[in-house]
Amino acid sequence: MSVADVAIVGAGAVGCAMARRFTLEGARVILLERGADLLSGASKGNSAILHTGFDAPPGSVELSCMQAGYAEYLRIRDDFNLPLLETGAMVVAWSEAERAALDSIEAQARANGVNDVRRLTSAEIRAREPELSPRAQEALLVPGEHVIDPWSPFLAYLKQSEAHGAEIVFGAEVAAGAFDGTTWTLQTTAGTRQAKTVINCAGLYGDRLDAKLLGAASFQIKPRKGQFVVFDKAASKILKTIILPVPSERTKGVVLTRTVFGNVLVGPTAEEQDDRDRATVEEEALRGLLAKAEEMVPALATVDVTAIYAGLRPATEEKGYRISVRDDRNWITVGGIRSTGLTASLGIAQHVYGLYREMGHQHAAVIDPLLPRVPNLAEHRPRDWQTAGYGEIVCHCEMVTLREIEQAMTGSIPAGDFGGLRRRTRCGMGRCQGFYCNAQLARLTGGRLAAPLAVGDAG
Amino acid sequence: MSAPFEVRSADVLVIGAGPAGLSAATRLRKLGIANVLVVEREPIGGGIPRHCGHPPFGMREFGRIMTGPAYARRLVDRAVKSGVELLLGCTVVSIDYADDLVVTCASNRGLLTVVAKRAIIATGVRERPRSARLVSGDRPIGVINTGALQEYAYLHKLAPFRRPLIVGTELVSLSSLLTCRKIGAQPVAMIENRNEPSVRPTSMWLPRLLGVPVRYGTHLVDIKGRPRVEGVTLLCPDGRQEDIACDGVLFTGSFKPEASLARSIGLDIDPGTGGPVIDQFARTTEPRIFAAGNILHPVETAGWSWREGRRVGSFVADDLNGRLPAAGHAIRLTPGAGIRYVVPQRIVSGGEGLSNLQMRASDIVSGSLIAQAAGKEICRLPLTSAPERRILAPVAIFQNAKSDITISVEGKTTTDIRSRSTCV
Repeated sequence: MSVADVAIVGAGAVGCAMARRFTLEGARVILLERGADLLSGASKGNSAILHTGFDAPPGSVELSCMQAGYAEYLRIRDDFNLPLLETGAMVVAWSEAERAALDSIEAQARANGVNDVRRLTSAEIRAREPELSPRAQEALLVPGEHVIDPWSPFLAYLKQSEAHGAEIVFGAEVAAGAFDGTTWTLQTTAGTRQAKTVINCAGLYGDRLDAKLLGAASFQIKPRKGQFVVFDKAASKILKTIILPVPSERTKGVVLTRTVFGNVLVGPTAEEQDDRDRATVEEEALRGLLAKAEEMVPALATVDVTAIYAGLRPATEEKGYRISVRDDRNWITVGGIRSTGLTASLGIAQHVYGLYREMGHQHAAVIDPLLPRVPNLAEHRPRDWQTAGYGEIVCHCEMVTLREIEQAMTGSIPAGDFGGLRRRTRCGMGRCQGFYCNAQLARLTGGRLAAPLAVGDAG
Repeated sequence: MSAPFEVRSADVLVIGAGPAGLSAATRLRKLGIANVLVVEREPIGGGIPRHCGHPPFGMREFGRIMTGPAYARRLVDRAVKSGVELLLGCTVVSIDYADDLVVTCASNRGLLTVVAKRAIIATGVRERPRSARLVSGDRPIGVINTGALQEYAYLHKLAPFRRPLIVGTELVSLSSLLTCRKIGAQPVAMIENRNEPSVRPTSMWLPRLLGVPVRYGTHLVDIKGRPRVEGVTLLCPDGRQEDIACDGVLFTGSFKPEASLARSIGLDIDPGTGGPVIDQFARTTEPRIFAAGNILHPVETAGWSWREGRRVGSFVADDLNGRLPAAGHAIRLTPGAGIRYVVPQRIVSGGEGLSNLQMRASDIVSGSLIAQAAGKEICRLPLTSAPERRILAPVAIFQNAKSDITISVEGKTTTDIRSRSTCV
């Protein structure tokens, strides 16, 4: 059996960015993912905001990873055909007390090097966002906060990794492992793999993996559920800027934001739970989010709900990232990466590669990397249906073509399950939620997905 | 957007080849309108009946009982024979307002621009999905609407589940029982939030016959399973929660106009119907654009939509011939207490147009339907109805009103209607 340089466990946002970074640096990479597709765990549900780090803890690893990740995303996004919806964000003070807090938020932003922030009076807020409730007293504008496609970047990173020789294995849960002083032998549900170094990017199971293979974990995952409501595309005309609350101790609070797909999103809630897999939506919490959204933007009361979802953040007992190196075991743990991980992933990968080099590893970086382009799913940029020869439109709400479905089901990193197909194409994610397309998708994907849509033939 | 591969003109562009759109188009041809073009985003014309494999369709239109697919084919054939041009696989993406309407469509051959004098939007309805109903639980495979179930059964010959829970007791819910039978599925139960079915109680022989237990006053409070539905939790009338094993959840009814195009091109949308606001000639707030069929009123039968489409076709022909009253000043009709929607929402002076106002009650009612203008009662009709039943009142009653009208219900409204008899 050939021995890889690194085995990365987990194809979430962090694992995918990690696979790309290590591959580009010349390492032989194996990526092991227990799900049938990438982003099957914590990474599939987030608010899709590219953060400047204006409110991150000053001097933290989290802040430096976010800012490095932000910069790298802007640098490489054109190469991969990845979108950027330049919205800016406003931290809105709805009360006198919150207004008083804006000073320290602004000071922190400047301390974090985010110097283009500025205060908006209530009149300036209204000029920028006429539909925002007039109860908005004052705001801090953060022009550099933007919205991205939360899934396609990671597909692009994996395609690039695979193009340069990384081995990507789905359905590979790490069951056991042994380290002989130079090499790890990992028993997975998809066979045995060997690598010199292991990078634990296992997200919600990060502590369990450490405990299982190292004997102990240095942190404990405390899953924190976030529920979201997605408004119909009619809402995208109502709001331009991301609306952030003045944060509390525990969470960034409920955000109102556009998506690159043309919707408006409200969420997340922040609910501690023990279950690491089950992220349920709950009517009461969803109604609470709707009420909150309408309180901020009253016109949303007349807009339909398109989708509801929930995600789990791999929070730990501490606020910061839990990145640690076990030199003696050739092991790096990347844990506790919460919602900022979407922005920080590329930066985390740079940071971790630095740690890996400090362990004494050296490779010859790829010269002239291949740049596989992923299909654009953002509404503000050209979509596939605008080019002839697409066959037919399968999902009418999201204008997903037969050509896009076929592309997502074949080639490098094809969709492994229906969730993966939805994230690659947006099929079934629109206002009708599959009323018009679910059955056709069942036929098109028959025998090709981990969990089929149809249970069998009629009759 | 790239340049269109083709620019063409039409007297009337009909958007949607369901019963309403096809009958409007056919009527226009019969009234001598030369260039009538129907665009349909699906690869087959006929609309929802395409995948309603069960009778009865066609009594009103063809004088015989047919299945949905046969009926859909007949509608298409008749339209094409009358000289209507039908473009399938063609999606309207925008309408710009110039001297004529400039309509941009996506198609496999590229972008198509249609320059049309008039347009009729007949994009139909769909059912409200689980998400919009804010139902708690996991989000597994196997949670679908009846429209999707019908496509599974009749267009793709597949089964999305074998033992589903059915949510709702509308007509479509009953039809879903037949579709389940067709695919070899036996529903575990049919549930209804209210204490009575949405259809007339006499129609509820069907679930009994098929051995499907019906549970009233019962709410779906949790869906469980990953990746596929494994069970649900029901909240029973006595406050007890009960877990039931099933492999799917079918959300039926609770129809909603497919009005995103209407909304995106700037037409006024009625929050009551969810469809465009029209006057009695089915003119929207952009008077060159008309609307017909279930986009106006969730929900009526295919036969009803077909008949309405025919009327709207003749209004459009009248308009092209300069015979419709001006669209300018109109009185508004608004739903008051106990009424969910009123269509048309505007009445202009100078002609009858659609013969009846169509309404829905927001609850089970027994009492009177009252129209008031400027605080004065102008008409009172006896009314007994329930939320998904058609309520009609002659447009003629309101034609000479000088000020805006509110229509409401007076009397007993209740969620328990064991005493109900018939509806208007």
